[in-house]
Amino acid sequence: MSDAQTQIPVTVLTGYLGAGKTTLLNRILSENHGRRYAVIVNEFGEIGIDNDLIVESDEEIYEMNNGCVCCTVRGDLIRVVEGLMRRPGRFDAIVVETTGLADPVPVAQTFFMDDDVRSKTKLDAVVALVDAKHLPLRLKDSKEAEDQIAFADVVVLNKTDLVTSEELAKVEATIRAINPAARIHRTTRAGVALSEVLDRGAFDLSRALENDPHFLEAHDHDHHDHGGHDHHHHDHDGHDHHHHDHPSDIHDVTVQSVSLRGGEMDPKKFFPWIEKITQMEGPNILRLKGIIALKGDDERYVIQGVHMIIEGDHQRAWKDGEKHESRLVFIGRELDAERLKKSFDACQVA
Amino acid sequence: MPTVAPLDLEGHCVAAVFLGDVPHFALADGAIHRLDNGHKTVQANDGLLAAFHDAANDRLITGGEDGKVFAVTSGGAVQDLASAGKKWITSVAAGPQGAIAYATGKTAFVRFADGKTREFAHPRSVEGLAFSPKGMRFGVARYNGATLHFPAAEGKPVELEWAGAHTGITFSPDGAFLVTSMQENALHGWKLADGKHMRMTGYPGKVKSLSWSVKGKWLASSGAPAAIVWPFSGKDGPMGKAPLELGTRGNSMVTSVACHPSQDVVAIGYEDGMVIAARFADAKEVLLRRQGKGAITSMMWDKEERRIAFGSAAGDCGVIDITA
Repeated sequence: MSDAQTQIPVTVLTGYLGAGKTTLLNRILSENHGRRYAVIVNEFGEIGIDNDLIVESDEEIYEMNNGCVCCTVRGDLIRVVEGLMRRPGRFDAIVVETTGLADPVPVAQTFFMDDDVRSKTKLDAVVALVDAKHLPLRLKDSKEAEDQIAFADVVVLNKTDLVTSEELAKVEATIRAINPAARIHRTTRAGVALSEVLDRGAFDLSRALENDPHFLEAHDHDHHDHGGHDHHHHDHDGHDHHHHDHPSDIHDVTVQSVSLRGGEMDPKKFFPWIEKITQMEGPNILRLKGIIALKGDDERYVIQGVHMIIEGDHQRAWKDGEKHESRLVFIGRELDAERLKKSFDACQVA
Repeated sequence: MPTVAPLDLEGHCVAAVFLGDVPHFALADGAIHRLDNGHKTVQANDGLLAAFHDAANDRLITGGEDGKVFAVTSGGAVQDLASAGKKWITSVAAGPQGAIAYATGKTAFVRFADGKTREFAHPRSVEGLAFSPKGMRFGVARYNGATLHFPAAEGKPVELEWAGAHTGITFSPDGAFLVTSMQENALHGWKLADGKHMRMTGYPGKVKSLSWSVKGKWLASSGAPAAIVWPFSGKDGPMGKAPLELGTRGNSMVTSVACHPSQDVVAIGYEDGMVIAARFADAKEVLLRRQGKGAITSMMWDKEERRIAFGSAAGDCGVIDITA
């Protein structure tokens, strides 16, 4: 009964206390953008706006009883989304604000694993707010801060006025090291254009990778190359492009990414391979995204995944002259890059 | 042939019930519609999330987004019973001696008939509430099991454990069994005398509607392309026995079930709005309503066993007269 046209987009906002989530939320609720938002928060806190559609819910992480440790959902979201969707005319989109320490994975998985939620809503993007000054500390004392960045489609690097340009460059390099596929926006007072965080279609297979024409390319096989990210079209003045050293805090980073690139894939090899990888390595994979050139197929095949959940679909026809190549990025922990590369390469058409 | 008196409303119907002999339809926007010599409406919650038919007192208990609990009685009276602040009231239930229970977040409240209220805090969210038909006892569905409280007495609650998220809860009419619906596609049951477990699995979808047949001999459930009806007449409930599958359809899921008040017959509502009645003894089916605009969300038989009030997710509600 799912109807793509009536699925309400959901934006997930993560970030530590003080990173600027409330400021951004207040802007989403008050700016004149012509869309109405329902907001699900864990605490009413400081949202200074009177709005019937701000719903407080207690974070409830439910492990599914299927023997898979990474299959978790947010039970409170299932209930609140179900309640909200019984009166759908009141809003155009939903924003879920998570607590500072929240794990973004159960939030995202709720939108894939619960049939009722999935039929009525669609995850639009995960946006992480990061405090430029305090991120290095956060990374030292918690895994959550790293997970939030690793899992994000958009990173809002906030409070850039509180750090020197050198510190900022290091922080941005750290973010890049954790997540080469995310878009990074440098801001003060969470002053990012709302169009950069809302209605991104980051989980929409037909849009996800189209959004980001440079997806994977700038970081091809080398996630430690931190220079030249100017495809984000914002002001990079003061970004010291000559600092290609490892950032000082990089030893606190446990998330890695593996970017793979190859030619045309044999579907008879590729699909069993990706299935097997996500089954076996699922707990270690936070996100995966890819564009695959399948042999004998005139359309690009796009895939994305969260832990063991993976979806794929044809996206569009290959353009004339477009190189039929396959690209895939894994973001996770304890990934065996060498083995992934070898087995990925083995799926290519001989 | 059965006839249908339609009542086309706007919005999701949370509960369709008879109060007195008047059909009432509680909608998600909090409007309570009734067919009482014409179509009349009163307003309950600003955003109605949960409703429970209190048969003993012939009233509908509602809870909602406004953090309030109301009692709606026939004739359109709406009584404000309780308020729990800004948080949503996500579950309500009615029990013996005029007591009601309601939940918000991790807290369950019991309000006795005299207006006194007791609070029961839990480590995890209260997902579902139900009173036992006997004694002053109520159960809470929660993560990893259920908790039984004795609100009229002091003392520790009884904890029933089973891994997974339990979202709905019901006692058998004789009070011998407790059954929960789960986030995964299953029911779980406990025989309360000895705590013995009952696993009821195999559903392709979540079970959202449960109905006990007369004297609790059977428990009918939604969540499959047929009504799944578990036998509870043996001392160990349905263990080792296969359920009945009634009203099987290839193209639509059962979304609501309501057992007949005195016979072994169940009204079955489907995702496409169809309603049939099926007899347990021979699985014989009668079509009561053709497809409609939305999934059937709620049904109830009247005391004369002649009419069924039904509500749908799209607002196309109505009353089926099976004798006409």
